[in-house]
Amino acid sequence: MVEITTTSEDGIYKIGVNGDVDASSSIHLDNALKEAIEKDESKILVDCRELNYISSAGLGVFMSYLEDLKEKNVSFAIYGLQEKVNHVFELIGLENLIKIMKTEEEAVSYLNGTYA
Amino acid sequence: MRISNKSIIRLSIVFGFIFWALLVVIDLLILFSQSHNLNFGIPQFLPKVMLILFIFNLLIYYRYTIIKAESVNFLDLLWKVFVTGLLTTILSLIIRFVFTILGSTALAKNVMVINIFYHLNIGLVVAFLVSTFVAWKRLILYQKSKILITTWKIFEYALVGGMFFNLLGYGMFEIPFNLAFSILIVLGLIHSFNLKWVAYLNFKQKWKSILFIILVIIYLSYFFLNLVRYSDENQLAIDLFNDVYILALFTFIFIYSVIAVLVILFNLPTSSVFEKKLEEVVSFQRLSQSIPSGKNEDQVYEILLDSSVSAVFADGAWIEILNSKGVVTKTLTNNLDHDKIASIKAGVKTDTVKEILESHFEAENLSGKVLGTIKGASFKSILAYPVTAKSKHVATLVLLKEVNDAFDKEMVNIIETFVNQANISIENFRLLNEAIKNERYKEELKIANRVQQSLLPDQLNCNGQIEITAFSQAADEVGGDYYDVFNYEDGKVALVIGDVSGKGTSAAFNMSQMKGIFHSLVQVSQSPKEFMINANNALSRCLERSSFITLALYIIDPATKKVEYCRAGHCPTLYYDSATGKTYYFKNKGMGLGILRNTEFHKYVEVHQFEYNPKDIMVLYTDGVTEATNANREEYGYDRLKKSLEGLTTQPPELIQKGIVKDLYKFADEELLNDDYSLVIVKFKN
Repeated sequence: MVEITTTSEDGIYKIGVNGDVDASSSIHLDNALKEAIEKDESKILVDCRELNYISSAGLGVFMSYLEDLKEKNVSFAIYGLQEKVNHVFELIGLENLIKIMKTEEEAVSYLNGTYA
Repeated sequence: MRISNKSIIRLSIVFGFIFWALLVVIDLLILFSQSHNLNFGIPQFLPKVMLILFIFNLLIYYRYTIIKAESVNFLDLLWKVFVTGLLTTILSLIIRFVFTILGSTALAKNVMVINIFYHLNIGLVVAFLVSTFVAWKRLILYQKSKILITTWKIFEYALVGGMFFNLLGYGMFEIPFNLAFSILIVLGLIHSFNLKWVAYLNFKQKWKSILFIILVIIYLSYFFLNLVRYSDENQLAIDLFNDVYILALFTFIFIYSVIAVLVILFNLPTSSVFEKKLEEVVSFQRLSQSIPSGKNEDQVYEILLDSSVSAVFADGAWIEILNSKGVVTKTLTNNLDHDKIASIKAGVKTDTVKEILESHFEAENLSGKVLGTIKGASFKSILAYPVTAKSKHVATLVLLKEVNDAFDKEMVNIIETFVNQANISIENFRLLNEAIKNERYKEELKIANRVQQSLLPDQLNCNGQIEITAFSQAADEVGGDYYDVFNYEDGKVALVIGDVSGKGTSAAFNMSQMKGIFHSLVQVSQSPKEFMINANNALSRCLERSSFITLALYIIDPATKKVEYCRAGHCPTLYYDSATGKTYYFKNKGMGLGILRNTEFHKYVEVHQFEYNPKDIMVLYTDGVTEATNANREEYGYDRLKKSLEGLTTQPPELIQKGIVKDLYKFADEELLNDDYSLVIVKFKN
């Protein structure tokens, strides 16, 4: 099961993912991302600190919005990945396409264009 | 040794005759000796013993013949008693007739002749009494209780006691005789009120029973008077009236018969109600049993219509069957012309009934408001009830009567019960159909599973240089794991393992596409890079946006012992180097196929190369292995897999594979694994 929270702060749309994202629960993450993109948010941040597990179906959700994000020129980043989850992202090469940051501060400054 | 019932019956007939004949002979001898003042030294009790033995044989005979009527049918039982009575009476009458013909001749006055006739009568009377007694016993013991069985046994033992009491030689009206007789009659009376069987007769059967039993009473009276006549007029060797047993049987059978006739008579008026209730129960049963007996929905409606009509004595009825859109597709009628339905509907004056007929009623306020009156038709009363399945209106039952206000609350209740039962039957019927459909889908999935199994090669051994074994298990019937080999003519071997994102049917379809792509691309070129770029291109065109495939490809050249490999997002390969004895995971980079669907993809394709030593081992697997979780939510993980291989490096590939799977199942329960998992073991030879 997964719990998704969304907040908007300083022009940044934040999506918090808590729990496991597998084939059955990935629909919640999908809905949250879809909503953010439909709202024409320009800065989207996904908090993965509480994300314990992500299956290939969950990765597919991130993957399916890559083009939309690029088209709409949205600044997008995820942060706080647990080691295991980070490994999965790396394994299939998604770290080349999605900006993965360590901390929230780093991620926010990346979205604001101030990251060194 | 066991004697069959048939031989027991035959033996009882034979012995019955023998004892009766002995009785006759002994009695005649006694008479002869008395009249000629001779003494043959025959003891007084001997004829009585013969009589007892005769009665015992009759008891045995009837016990076996009457018990033979298997399913208890009371009328059959009474019929048998009636027939036995008729036969014995006719025979007795014939004897009397012969006796009358003899008239005043000297022969008719001969004591010996009179006694022979009397003994014939004894045989007939005793046969009739015993057969009736056994039949009455069967009726009394119908639906017996423990206490009834006990008291009945006491009664029977008392009767047997009565037989032996005769040996004491007391005659009628002597005090011990009267005492014994009274005891037997009281015991008989106690049992004369066990008439449970009467309740199970219908009206017609009751009349027949009364007739039969009255005839039994008449036979009984005839025999009794006949015996009285003999006893009064003649000198007899043995007088049945001095036999307390026979006298008690006479009285008991008579009392039970009279009480039975009275009880049946008093039960006559209630039998129609009882029959109706029984009919309702039977209808109810028919409705509820219509499903397992393989009937269809229409038959359920037919049963509903018939049972309802007979339960409320309707003069006409119809049932309209609706399809899923609420349109009438079929109308079944009972004693009514189809054309009359429209005019009856038009004549309905009551609103709720109208609503039901037009099928926009509200189910909550339905009960009790289903009655109405009709104007201008030959029917005056109407009862309309909707049949529903899963709270959808599926049919309407309409019952009609020619009299005003002819339906009462009781009838509405019965119809409601019937309709509810029909609702359940129809709902069950539909559920059954759905279940059958689901069963078919399951079968289809099994076929899909077989088809997919055939997509994974079972023979991986390519040439003498490499040994390969593989194992694959899908979480559902079908899965998204894929492995394959291709042998080039120049001796090179292409080995591939892949994992489609997601699982189940969609993954299985993508997996089969992958197989097609592998076999077409691998033949075109031996370059892993070209393969990956082209495969990504092809998959970008056919995969859903959120789907991707991870893949690892190995081009093995046994001639040079070189392996070129490329990883497209797939789990890192585990390798055992026999030269150093070390086990490690490959660290090459790469991106899954179908993730980046543009010309940029080639940037992320890395091709590496290594040279293998003999006895090196390569373990290819899918993430279902490393991500298998146990009850504590721990993953099997890379370390456990590595350790497992390290313990198996000297084994042939097949045992390595089995060893790893065993280790995996030891860690996580096989039943709980919810992802597809595959394992391919490669062991290099020389």
